[in-house]
Amino acid sequence: MTAETLLEVRDLKVSFRTEDGLIQAVDGVSLSLSEGETLGIVGESGSGKSVTMMSVMRLINDPNAHFEGEVVYKGRDLMKLTRDQMRKIRGSGIAMIFQDPMTSLNPVYRIGWQIAEQIQAHEQISKRAARARAVELLTAVGIPHAAERVDNYPHQFSGGMRQRVMIAMAISCNPDILIADEPTTALDVTIQAQILSLIRKLKNDFGTAVVLITHDMGVVADLADKIAVMYAGRIVEQGDRRDVFYDAQHPYTWGLLGSIARLDRPKPRRLSTIPGLPPSLLRLPPGCAFGDRCAHRFDRCDERPALLAKVGDGHLDACHLDIEKKKELRETTIHPELIEEAK
Amino acid sequence: MTGSAGSPVAGLPADGQPAAASSAAPVTPPVTAAATSGANGKGTLDGELLLRAEHVTKHFPVRKGILLQREVARVHAVDDVSIELRAGETLGLVGESGCGKSTLARCIARLYPLTSGSIVFEGQDISRLSRRKLRPVRRELQMVFQDPYASLNPRKRVGAIISNPLRIHKLGDRKKIKRRVGELLELVGLSPEHVNRYPHEFSGGQRQRIGVARALALQPRLIIADEPVSALDVSIRAQVINLLDDLQDEFHLTYIFIAHDLGVVRHVSDRIAVMYLGKIVEVSPGEELYKRPIHPYTEALLSAVPIPDPDLATERKQIVLEGDVPSPISPPSGCRFHPRCRYATEICAQQEPPLVEHGAGHLAACHHPLAADAADGPA
Repeated sequence: MTAETLLEVRDLKVSFRTEDGLIQAVDGVSLSLSEGETLGIVGESGSGKSVTMMSVMRLINDPNAHFEGEVVYKGRDLMKLTRDQMRKIRGSGIAMIFQDPMTSLNPVYRIGWQIAEQIQAHEQISKRAARARAVELLTAVGIPHAAERVDNYPHQFSGGMRQRVMIAMAISCNPDILIADEPTTALDVTIQAQILSLIRKLKNDFGTAVVLITHDMGVVADLADKIAVMYAGRIVEQGDRRDVFYDAQHPYTWGLLGSIARLDRPKPRRLSTIPGLPPSLLRLPPGCAFGDRCAHRFDRCDERPALLAKVGDGHLDACHLDIEKKKELRETTIHPELIEEAK
Repeated sequence: MTGSAGSPVAGLPADGQPAAASSAAPVTPPVTAAATSGANGKGTLDGELLLRAEHVTKHFPVRKGILLQREVARVHAVDDVSIELRAGETLGLVGESGCGKSTLARCIARLYPLTSGSIVFEGQDISRLSRRKLRPVRRELQMVFQDPYASLNPRKRVGAIISNPLRIHKLGDRKKIKRRVGELLELVGLSPEHVNRYPHEFSGGQRQRIGVARALALQPRLIIADEPVSALDVSIRAQVINLLDDLQDEFHLTYIFIAHDLGVVRHVSDRIAVMYLGKIVEVSPGEELYKRPIHPYTEALLSAVPIPDPDLATERKQIVLEGDVPSPISPPSGCRFHPRCRYATEICAQQEPPLVEHGAGHLAACHHPLAADAADGPA
């Protein structure tokens, strides 16, 4: 990657004090994002993917939250900025869209007003010009009859259209980075395809770097340049898209890939599953967090594996297993149907 | 077979053939033919007709006004849908939100009264039965719901939740019921020691297992599962799907499996019906639908599913459907898909295409069927 690094997260730790004890939601996450790059963060609920990015945006105001680590954006550590300084970065530097567009839009204001308000907060611009920009933006994200729709309220839009409005709002101040937190989870597949192709278009047209948070491996397969797989607050595998899909190193990644009912493969007799449940973040095991559910666990797994590049540059994984041994094990986990056919 | 699908002639062949092609059961002539209701249906063998929905229509009125609630419009949630279900099979029901798949399921379970049409379950027309008469039917026909958080009463212990159907139907004394609850918990992969816990003490996947245990309590013949895994994480999803699979083998269950995830539906279904705006647009044997979609909507739906393989994902040409699903209050004329269809011509706006057969058990309602020629070859 020759492009300059835009955002770097260094050893981020986020914990919450609760009645039951300390919840370690993010446990030492390091990430970097270059200009124009798309990073996919994949993980299940509770893996810490959203908390990581919410912390980057400094959107967690919970007094019981505790943060450690650095988030460097264009040479400045966001964790050390004042609220006012941070507010300037949100929107114009880094913008974020969320899973549920209905709860992120204010139901009692017209959408044109909501977009214009944001533009005016960041730029010296007249009301009329801001409104004109809002119409332009709505057209750009593919809302038909934008000039009329600009005066509608959020409830007058469908889910897909609302997500488009959110995206229009997010790109209104030309951010360098767009963080999309499960942007299509609440949408139907056909609408999901529309929104993903819109994000791809923005990426190509404006060179926006994108962080795509999702639980769906299918979504990142097409869109992401790099992928980080998270489990129980830690990154367990990270690398280029092709590396993660075709040369996955962590048994959890295998499990994720194996448990999808895929349309591009012959139908397996049974879906392979990951047994058990994710560990409680209140009592994370001292060793590998995936250890209890891993079929290939051995003695060394009691000690926490570090995230290291063992198979190649930029392809990191946190697993103690021997590389050669993994090659065999992997096939049986990801492609059980191939094994069955061979029999 | 011309004219609208609303005519009885066009509606009938809708689903008769599919399973019949593979089993001995003949295409059943009109309504009351299958099992006699006397033996409470337990006599129905695998492959025999279990349920037949005919011209099922469900409209929800939209009312205005405070005192005199005038009906100003109707939501056409399900419009003249006919479908058959054979014992032991899994029928997948797919479509986008608002296409009427859940409404159809709830009509079949008689959770909603029908606007018109009939539902014949084990030879008995249940569409007009009173609540009391419906009770024995409910023993045979259970539902599993999408949201494992909303479908379990948070103030009841798991034991009470699962034993409730047993107590309603007065199946055994306290001791017997207690034993049965333990068995059920074990069956769905939970520990019998969990009976005294509350739903909030379980994860989403475990709660869905409780929902399955409750549905199984009465040993039903048919389970309607409405998006049973949509709210679950991928790794947990696979666990629940495998559980449903195992239970089907063990108890010869028949499933109606509703989902919007086409991968999941393909995995579980023997037959799949695709719905769009209250209509069934295509019915096909499971794998066939994925290899040879006939309706352009099915084609687009399949193409929209993200593929977890970077090279394939980049290579393939995706069909991105424009716009949203139109309002079911005033559905488009003719073929309801025509405003979004890339093959649409004049006729599509004027005439509603009937469901016609394109090869063994594969039906579609389209004026410009895809891959139709291939069907004429030896299937």
